[in-house]
Amino acid sequence: MSVIADIKPFPAADLAALRRAATGREPWRSLDELADTAEFRRFVEEEFPAIAERLPLSLDRRTLLKLMGASLSLAGLTACSEAERIVPYVHQPENVVPGKPLYYATALSSDGYGIGAVVESHEGRPTKVEGNPDHPASRGATDAIMQAAVLSLFDPERSRTPLKQGEPASYGDFLKDMAKLAGGLAASGGQGLALLIEATTSPTTKAQIGSLKQRYPRLRVYRHDPLAASANEQATAKLFGRPLTPIYHFDRADVVVSFDADFLGEEPGRLAYARDFARRRRVRQSTDTMSRLYVVESTPTITGAAADHRGAVKPSAVEGVAVAIKAALEGGLHAASLSPPSLEWTHALVDDLRIAGRNALVVPGPHQTPFVHALAFAMNARLGAVGNTLDFIEPPDAMPIDGDLAALCQAITTGSVDSAMVLGPNPLRTAPSDLDVRKAFSKLELLVHWGLYRDETAFLAQWHIPAAHELENWSDIRAYDGTVSIVQPLIQPLFGGKSLPQLLAVLGGEFNADMQALVRATWAAMDEAGWRKALRDGVVPNSASAPVAVSMPADIGAPKPHASVADRLEVRFVADPWLRDGRNANSPWLQELPRPLSKLVWGNAAVVSPATAQRLGLENGQVVNLGRGGKDIDAPVWIMPGQPDDTVTLSLGFGRKIGSVAALAGGYDGFALRTTDAPWFADSLMLTARDSSARVVTTQHHQAMEGRAIVRYATLDAFRQNPHFVREGVPPAPTESLYPDWKYDQEAWGMSIDLSACIGCMACVSACQAENNIATVGPDEAALGHEMHWLRIDRYYAGAVDDPDILFQPVPCMHCEKAPCEVVCPVNATIHTHDGLNAQVYNRCIGTRYCSQNCPYKVRRFNFLEYQEFDKDSAGPQQAVHNPDVTVRSRGVMEKCSYCVQRIVEKRIRAQIENREIADGEVVTACQQACPTQAITFGDLNRKGSGVAREKAAPHNYALLEELNTRPRTTYLGKITNPNGLIAGKPGTETGNG
Amino acid sequence: MAEAVAARAEKAVPRAPVLRGRHDFPEISGRISAIVLQGRLPRFFWAAFFVCFAFVLLFLYSITYLISVGVGAYGINIPVAWGTMISSFVWWIGIGHAGTLISAVLLLLRQPWRASINRFAEAMTLFAVAMAGLYPILHLGRPWFFYWLLPLPNTHMHWPQWRSPLVWDFAAIATYATVSLLFWYMGLLPDLGVLRDRAKSRPAQLFYGILALGWRGSAFHWARYRTVYFLMAALATPLVVSVHSIVALDFTFAITPGYHSTIFPPYFVAGALLSGFAMVLTIAIPLRWAFAVEDLITLRHMENAAKLMIAAGMIVIYGYASEAFFAWYSGQPYERAMMAQRAVGPYAPLFWIMLFCNCIVLQLLWLRSVRLNMPILFSIALIINVGMWLERYVIVVTGPSRDYLPSSWGEQSLTWLDFGILFGSLGTFFALVFLFIRILPAITIFEVEELIEEKSGAA
Repeated sequence: MSVIADIKPFPAADLAALRRAATGREPWRSLDELADTAEFRRFVEEEFPAIAERLPLSLDRRTLLKLMGASLSLAGLTACSEAERIVPYVHQPENVVPGKPLYYATALSSDGYGIGAVVESHEGRPTKVEGNPDHPASRGATDAIMQAAVLSLFDPERSRTPLKQGEPASYGDFLKDMAKLAGGLAASGGQGLALLIEATTSPTTKAQIGSLKQRYPRLRVYRHDPLAASANEQATAKLFGRPLTPIYHFDRADVVVSFDADFLGEEPGRLAYARDFARRRRVRQSTDTMSRLYVVESTPTITGAAADHRGAVKPSAVEGVAVAIKAALEGGLHAASLSPPSLEWTHALVDDLRIAGRNALVVPGPHQTPFVHALAFAMNARLGAVGNTLDFIEPPDAMPIDGDLAALCQAITTGSVDSAMVLGPNPLRTAPSDLDVRKAFSKLELLVHWGLYRDETAFLAQWHIPAAHELENWSDIRAYDGTVSIVQPLIQPLFGGKSLPQLLAVLGGEFNADMQALVRATWAAMDEAGWRKALRDGVVPNSASAPVAVSMPADIGAPKPHASVADRLEVRFVADPWLRDGRNANSPWLQELPRPLSKLVWGNAAVVSPATAQRLGLENGQVVNLGRGGKDIDAPVWIMPGQPDDTVTLSLGFGRKIGSVAALAGGYDGFALRTTDAPWFADSLMLTARDSSARVVTTQHHQAMEGRAIVRYATLDAFRQNPHFVREGVPPAPTESLYPDWKYDQEAWGMSIDLSACIGCMACVSACQAENNIATVGPDEAALGHEMHWLRIDRYYAGAVDDPDILFQPVPCMHCEKAPCEVVCPVNATIHTHDGLNAQVYNRCIGTRYCSQNCPYKVRRFNFLEYQEFDKDSAGPQQAVHNPDVTVRSRGVMEKCSYCVQRIVEKRIRAQIENREIADGEVVTACQQACPTQAITFGDLNRKGSGVAREKAAPHNYALLEELNTRPRTTYLGKITNPNGLIAGKPGTETGNG
Repeated sequence: MAEAVAARAEKAVPRAPVLRGRHDFPEISGRISAIVLQGRLPRFFWAAFFVCFAFVLLFLYSITYLISVGVGAYGINIPVAWGTMISSFVWWIGIGHAGTLISAVLLLLRQPWRASINRFAEAMTLFAVAMAGLYPILHLGRPWFFYWLLPLPNTHMHWPQWRSPLVWDFAAIATYATVSLLFWYMGLLPDLGVLRDRAKSRPAQLFYGILALGWRGSAFHWARYRTVYFLMAALATPLVVSVHSIVALDFTFAITPGYHSTIFPPYFVAGALLSGFAMVLTIAIPLRWAFAVEDLITLRHMENAAKLMIAAGMIVIYGYASEAFFAWYSGQPYERAMMAQRAVGPYAPLFWIMLFCNCIVLQLLWLRSVRLNMPILFSIALIINVGMWLERYVIVVTGPSRDYLPSSWGEQSLTWLDFGILFGSLGTFFALVFLFIRILPAITIFEVEELIEEKSGAA
């Protein structure tokens, strides 16, 4: 009331103007939309000039939010003239019980492909993404990016209002303009209009584009997806006469060879692939078998880290390796062939492939050349693997496309296109550097941009329409295998965003199309029960694409000759694993999530090998100037073991300064060096060292285990000889203690982590952050070592620095039986619970930090500053993402992994209501639930035969630092690899206990 | 000429006298009380006081900043979550110890030379403990809840966790502060009586009169006084050992490499005496020069303090050696690696500077000429002060920065706030010393008079 009282003395003219804005033909959808009108801006300028100055794209969140507060109260005032129908709960809606979350199945997009999700919603507020067990691409798992979807939904810097020439305008005005345009189009048959879409598999979008093309025969549709790779399409089109998409069955593969394919980290089917792959490598007793993975790669990936044999070669050399292996497979390898890693290596690999036969699988990397794909498919065909470990399906992302971004620019330049609608992508940022998109787009008469953010393209556009977030809209999407999911909203569009089908419908003359109706129309053949089932299950039954029978031609062509210059540096482009092409750059969770191998946060670096760094005299953080094709960038160096020599890996996605979170991050813009002809790798990179250095923030500073038995690992042969290899050469764990043992009448929770299964994908860390309201701290604080992740994945290198073994170890709290932290806390803030947890009581903690000093695992995290916003007025929409079941911690208190105690308690309450025991597997921790390889098992150790008890009974179960007598409840299963005993350097009986 | 002869004579005797020259009671009472009661103090006194006062303001600003922003403003992090607040705390506690040793232990051992330095040494203890007591509070993430360490029955249902050395620590420091204050005040009573009697102005008479608690100097008073003072001394003496031993247990009790060592309690006590006597010299040398009381605080005092320093210092060096030896002898890879990292790792410069200060420079004190040369002795005292601070810092940070899992290895940095609080507290400490000199007799009047009595009796 006081706010309204405060604004009474406004001149009547202003109020009238505001009312006009509010009572226009198009009703305003949100208060914010109204608040962003020109009248309102003028009013703000007159009344609050200090704030008005900071209005345009202010990075000051606090001011922005204050202003929002003011604008909302004003808008409320104007709304008094028309009664708004608000219906309070007279009868409580069915299924909504305050405090009890609801779960909805939907699918999230990953480079256009769907991954099924089940989203937890608290009173209408989505807070957590889980995988959908029924969805083929998820199988219950998620990746790190999916976890962050709930945060980007509530990003206060998302575009909030349509903009016309950069000025806030109403959606009604946009529709008017579009109606005019549509009128003209109908007459000209779509002449001059182009759509630019990104990679999508949506059947609705496909159908809409199809009908638009029917309606406007001269309409042109282009696709720009900076992370799409065309090599597979080209190769299959050439081999089979039409583009086909391979899908792999790692569960059937005994021997896998990857040519630069990061199938565990990059491909749309990665979660399913990881699950299948890990299932074939699950060893609990000496009779178990394992698959074997060979990886030839041009930059270190988590797939390479999981390999039994990993060869790092320059990107241009992968083709040569593939040629040699194929030649060897056909019995034609001789010394004069192209150079493989070594002859011995090649023969051993080929023997393995031959033995495996149809259970072998050769996977080409999407970023490699079409010829590598042809070679790989030919090898699979020769081995008989096609139809067994490898299937071809119709491309799920097939769209009636007329060309790519270059073609669009060409069309604009020649004048055949004068209006364009950019639906999703941000070509001004992500285009190849040899394509002057800005110049071309500036010639357009009309440029409409639809997107989540007011990005570079939006700034150039005449019209910008805010997009609905994927948790806000209705759509449909195909998974990697073609399975369709209906995307349903978890919440009404927060900022009045529109869905892609809505925009396409506008073009077709449907101005007030309902989001849901547009999708429902695509699936009109489905009856209501079927529709509801599809929504509930998250998949449309039997919608997976059937495998296509192919016949492999004898002639697969020849490699494109390329002038290989041996002494030149090559450049390899990769997408940042979390930011992708930069679309997630404004997500603090993803910025601060350590990259799997480099452990870098808040920035990227130019990755070089130790030998190359030595040769060029480079050190970590040193700035180098990288030049290619007349463009150059400055980037800090990061030396990474396992990187091929003379190859610089640059990542895309950083260097973006739109959005206050993205602006905090360091790093360079990799797109600046990327050209149309060489999107993924190229030679002739010029590197000039500079004298300066730049900050590169990492969360792990030491990479070697220092001879300590931290990650214990052995080969399969060694495991068979000695299943208890984890005990070899390590001191026995002491058993005596001054304190009596704890007694457990009920459950005794415990966790087991299988290091053979862990691929280091970081999904668990991201899930933990989302579940437990873990704060992000920003680059400055992260550089000081103040990051807050409760769960971290340690990455160690072992062996030779040029060809290291890469080992991952997830480290949550160990929940020690004899916890060193418990005895030193002076205020009883960390205590042992009746069910074995080592609990942290936040409101008792006074912050002596003694517990952390005394924790040998250093898993405790301290709120050094106020990392969370507690003032509800300035906290902004992001506070809605918080899990209401978990306390938000304030400054000065210690926190750590709680084994997701809130989930335990929830299940216990349910079990008590139902008067039963908690079932085995009923309590699932957030990390466990997200894990694509099911490396984490959690449960009751008191229960005989529980999953976790079985895991801990495995012979290679060990506790980290057990000689300290902390008796951790979190234990590990030693990592078992399956190298080929015939390959030197990897003797078959190797074990490594530090 | 006469001075030169006297100096030569002084050098010739094996020990410098406790008092120099001829004195009588009124002269002593007058001279010592004049420092307090005379209206004007020399200009340098106030100049020095205001320099210190500027640091008091820095201290207040730093504390305000800390409380409003949070402990993240220090350089601490994970893994090294303790920093200068702990090392400075240990350092200040150590400084306090020399005062207690001088006043209580030497009293019980009937060492007459303590008489003219015990008062300011006790004051030094008190102020050092006051500074030390602030540090653990300023170290806390939520300093406003420091009282949760107390066993107070309250509605929070909060009770200390008695296994934690921090609780013992809290009790030890609180005991130490209380006993030191009482002991100091008890010792002041006769002198407060003197000041009351000699004060000319009414406010001063009232002020000292109230503080003197009706001291009249009767034989009864003296008899009671003696009994209580000796009892208090007997109470305070074990504290010299116990307080710092308990502080050392903060480290010993932890399993962190570099902390987990049973040598710490005795070695910390020796270190405390070393740094404490260094601080005594740091204060006494300028004091006796500035107030021309070289005949009361004589070279004998200075030399004895220096001798105690080298005695304590050699124990400390033994501590260093044994720490290193047992790290190796334990066979524990973690301890060994930590020790090696201490010598060659990121904190190695601090480690070697510390060894230079505390081991090499200390050896100069074997030379009598050095012990009797006040400028050199003063410099050595300062160097030892720095060295002892570094020792505590090296112990606090190197262990956790190189502990069990190399993935967590990391270093902390130091920020302006770390230094702001350290130097602010130093300034506050010296400002308190100045105020003390201004308000209370810095040299014990009656004990010096006793010395004169004994001396004349002996003559």
